[in-house]
Amino acid sequence: MSYKQGKFPIVEKRAIAKGMFDITICCPEIAKITQAGQFAQVAAKGFFLRRPISICQSDPERGTIRLVFEVRGNGTEKISGLNKGDCIDIIAPLGKGFTLKRGKRVVCVGGGIGNPPLLEVARFYGCKATMISGFRSAEVVLCTDDGSAGFHGFVTQPLEKLLQEKKTDVIYACGPMGMLKNIAMLAEKYNVKCEVSLEQRMACGIGACLVCACRTVKDSKEFMSHVCTDGPVFDSKEVVFDD
Amino acid sequence: MTKLNVNFCGLDFKNPIIPASGTFGYGREYEKFYSLSRLGGISVKGTTLNPRQGNPAPRVAETPSGMLNSVGLQNGGVDKFISYELPHLSKCDTRIIANIAGATAEECAEVAKKLNGQKVDMIELNISCPNVKQGGAAFGTNPCTAAEVTKAVRNATSIPLMVKLSPNVTDITEIAKAVEGAGADAVSLINTLLGMRIDINTGRPILKNNVGGLSGAAVFPIAVRMVWQVANAVKIPVCGMGGVCSGEDAIELMMAGATTVQVGAYNFQNPYACIDIIEQMEKWCKKHGVNDIKDIIGTVKPW
Repeated sequence: MSYKQGKFPIVEKRAIAKGMFDITICCPEIAKITQAGQFAQVAAKGFFLRRPISICQSDPERGTIRLVFEVRGNGTEKISGLNKGDCIDIIAPLGKGFTLKRGKRVVCVGGGIGNPPLLEVARFYGCKATMISGFRSAEVVLCTDDGSAGFHGFVTQPLEKLLQEKKTDVIYACGPMGMLKNIAMLAEKYNVKCEVSLEQRMACGIGACLVCACRTVKDSKEFMSHVCTDGPVFDSKEVVFDD
Repeated sequence: MTKLNVNFCGLDFKNPIIPASGTFGYGREYEKFYSLSRLGGISVKGTTLNPRQGNPAPRVAETPSGMLNSVGLQNGGVDKFISYELPHLSKCDTRIIANIAGATAEECAEVAKKLNGQKVDMIELNISCPNVKQGGAAFGTNPCTAAEVTKAVRNATSIPLMVKLSPNVTDITEIAKAVEGAGADAVSLINTLLGMRIDINTGRPILKNNVGGLSGAAVFPIAVRMVWQVANAVKIPVCGMGGVCSGEDAIELMMAGATTVQVGAYNFQNPYACIDIIEQMEKWCKKHGVNDIKDIIGTVKPW
């Protein structure tokens, strides 16, 4: 894994929904090596720790990466105050992203701010990918391509229907733990490979401090992995979901 | 050119700056930013006799100018440290400080014994971890048990021995004197201060361990005070730490009486923390006509 720290200019900023922001950063060296599902450790001026934010998109030709994030607390609020022309201090790209394999038929399932990291996955598979996006309320959905913002219920309902009707090779999911747990159960039930992107409070972001622990299991042995370097993307079979 | 090297327990350190245990892993992650050979030394992640999985997450919470952690000494055990980490570390031209911990004095001594003959320049005995139920702070908050565990490790090894002290005590000088009497070659302080944060929307503590150790800039004045008190109470050298975020902070701890300085939580904010601090110290010395950094140790003129 290779990563860099630096201060890079913001070349674009948009407020895309209530409390959600989309910033594009010019950092050619980072854009060149970023993979889908990796994240950046973003400094928030006046706060002691950086904030981990997933990278929504990287464009090696333009030399940019996009971060789409939600204001969750004072730190992310501070970051949301940065504007076009300001410099942003990041360490990136970090962590292990999604495994992408050509020719597969996949489903991406995003919950709320878990949607942005799946953009590159959906783009990679093109018409072989189905996207299921869940949001708490329409307040945060600005638009949908076909105007179908209206399914009332959890993302697992359309997902299960899809798994019954269509052969699916991989499920990629990002969102709240409860949602991921239910998706992992469906993946097991229908025997489909499933990758989930986890979230945890972090400090260093590079695997030195060991604070971002998550319970995992391999060869039926349970141990603590770390979201920043062993993840954020894990095979759902390896994750021990807390009750 | 200012001389930055210091003599610490009979060992020459090329500069006083040492990344603190638990904030730097075994150096591999930070090696991607700079050469570890630029550091005075490295205090590696706390090592126990057997592997430990640590506490459940969340293990970290932000605080004003600092953070709480409750990692709970997660590590792969001393055998893995010797076979996997040490061969890599010992290629670096810097002092290697093995930080060790255990639930009992015997266990600490056994870890120390295993390090005999290994390429370890110094042992830092952690008797002050606030995040483990046995050992840890239980040793470090009582002069008798602190002396007992120090003696056990002292008898197990001839490697220079530094004992890391807890600030969660009424009088830190009592503990410092006790470990000095038990054969410690140096003391390091301060470990983290026990703290707590609550998420008022859920009524739950942020840390799954409920409480954790406070570090970062917020604790710096406490570190300065305790380093000053301890440096005046013992004859053995002091390694100062706690909230150091700049070359000026490091100089301040040295004036208070520290010979070497560890840098901890600030590494998370600035991965080049130690290098920036070394450069800032050099700059400050040059500006103030200090030709040898040793000349500032313990030079505070108290009122």
